[in-house]
Amino acid sequence: MNGLYLVAVGSVPEKALEWIEGAAAEWLPFPIRRLPPLSIPEAAYDTKRGQYQSVEIMKMLAESASRDAARVLGVTDVDLAIPMLSFLFGQAQLDGPVAVVSLCRLHQEFYGLPADENLLRERTVKEVLHELGHTFGLVHCSEPTCAMSLATHIELVDAKDEQYCVRCGMQLVRRCAALEGEV
Amino acid sequence: MKKSWPILVVDDEEVMCESMAAWLREDGYRVDTASNGQAALGLAKAADYAICFIDLKMPGGMDGIETMMEIHKTRPEASIIIITAYATVDTAIQAMKEGAQEYIVKPCNPQEISMLVSRILKLKKLQSENAILRKKITRQYRHHDIITKNPRMEEILGLTQEIASLRSTALIRGESGTGKELVARAIHFSGNRAEKPFIIVSCAALTETLLESELFGYEKGAFTGANGQAKGKFELADGGTIFLDEIGDISPKLQADLLRVLQERCFYRVGGNAEVEVDVRIIAATNKNLAQEVQQGRFREDLYYRLNVIEIRIPPLRERREDIPLLAEHFVQRISSELGKDISGISAAALKLLIAHDWAGNVRELENVIERAIVTCRNGMLDEQDFSWLQRHPGASQNWEVPEIALDELERRAIVAALERKHGNIKEASAALGIDRSTLYDKLKRYEISH
Repeated sequence: MNGLYLVAVGSVPEKALEWIEGAAAEWLPFPIRRLPPLSIPEAAYDTKRGQYQSVEIMKMLAESASRDAARVLGVTDVDLAIPMLSFLFGQAQLDGPVAVVSLCRLHQEFYGLPADENLLRERTVKEVLHELGHTFGLVHCSEPTCAMSLATHIELVDAKDEQYCVRCGMQLVRRCAALEGEV
Repeated sequence: MKKSWPILVVDDEEVMCESMAAWLREDGYRVDTASNGQAALGLAKAADYAICFIDLKMPGGMDGIETMMEIHKTRPEASIIIITAYATVDTAIQAMKEGAQEYIVKPCNPQEISMLVSRILKLKKLQSENAILRKKITRQYRHHDIITKNPRMEEILGLTQEIASLRSTALIRGESGTGKELVARAIHFSGNRAEKPFIIVSCAALTETLLESELFGYEKGAFTGANGQAKGKFELADGGTIFLDEIGDISPKLQADLLRVLQERCFYRVGGNAEVEVDVRIIAATNKNLAQEVQQGRFREDLYYRLNVIEIRIPPLRERREDIPLLAEHFVQRISSELGKDISGISAAALKLLIAHDWAGNVRELENVIERAIVTCRNGMLDEQDFSWLQRHPGASQNWEVPEIALDELERRAIVAALERKHGNIKEASAALGIDRSTLYDKLKRYEISH
């Protein structure tokens, strides 16, 4: 297997992809590769809600990534949702190969505030660690500062650290070790 | 913990089902999905779902409300959350009337759904803990937890089983320490009131006025300090059983009040003028001979007959000596484990001694004696020596005549006698008296006894 594949879905700032590569490299023991960007599938756009259905984007990521990818992480700047929920910061297949993170609600501008690049970087790293954690079988953590804690609004994202708690971190190490032999 | 509360998502749209399931799985729940009512029913028959999210509108076949009602037939405990769109909110409210716990309008905020799930599961966890505790208590007080092989006691246990689900009043007679409360609990927890309260009132422990307000409650301003309305034990026991211990000690006024409750099943709170109706089974207990108390005019005859509908007389321990080894072994096991001492049992010689003892304080005294022996025991087995302090007074109570002297004088004489018998050895004298050394020193000072 060939490690983590990172894919921009639609237009994504280069620096965001670099932040993600850096963060993933810190936590995952296998290579991080960049795939060519993909266009957002038309079927994903929900005209009534003006949002994009994450399920369609994840389907596209699963189809387009080569079969030897350990994990595929899509990054997009559009607002994601599922039929039941009004928005998502990201979504992942629990213990599965595909995850997607949206930067849309991580920008201060989304909340009518001036841009803050450092805050955007922090939030991006936290959400990437969160969704990647899910792909390795980690579920939500009760420790609010752990990257794996559930964030249902942006203040909860900001309350997290840019790292896993010891328990989740160790679980990730064990899950990665199990995969590493195949990478 | 979350895995033990499985969730079912029912919706005809696959995307809706799968995305919702995926989101809940990230939170650690075990989630199944069904695309129609029939499939949901099949899954609900096989698994005990804590929460079912059901879409209100499912074309063809069963709709959300029908699916909910069918699932409730198999799984009445399952919490149903109806998923609806804005246009169908009225129908969702109808669904709540039919038994849905909540409804959510899609799309909803992730925080809203997360809080809803955690609130429902917190409640379910409490309900489940409550059920476990209730079961534990019920098990603890069932008949077979009364330890006996005495034919009279077995007869009593048979009777308690027969009367457990009746509302008839029962009067339990027996000496102190024979287990009257245990028998009352066995009646309550074996009958159809087991899920309702079992309230104990010790009638001898309180003065007339206190007992009155304790039993019947009071209204605000009924007496100085009555700052608000308070429910009495009868109200608290509604639907269950009230155990009136030492009923022979209540005042004539309370006897009259109690008679009224027995006859009319209602009463007034102290200082109140509104009748309070209750459905309470009364079990009374006494160590007095109530028939004699009636003859001597100290207890109302009409109340006596009302209470004595079913009479149970518990024999004293000395009349069922065959139970002593069983009870002793039971207490050794229980108390040594509670005290963290490794005691394997009681020697044959020690048992012989226990069987021969008079047990004026009955089972309670036996329990206390075993506890004391365990505390001081230095071996893994209780032997004769551990009960040597008991051996010295066999049958003492049988010949006991109450001397006409003050209690203080009686105590002083007992201390002097113990000291003389032990040649002034304080340690041995205090052990013989059943008090600790410092207490004996205090008493020596108090009675000015110089050893």
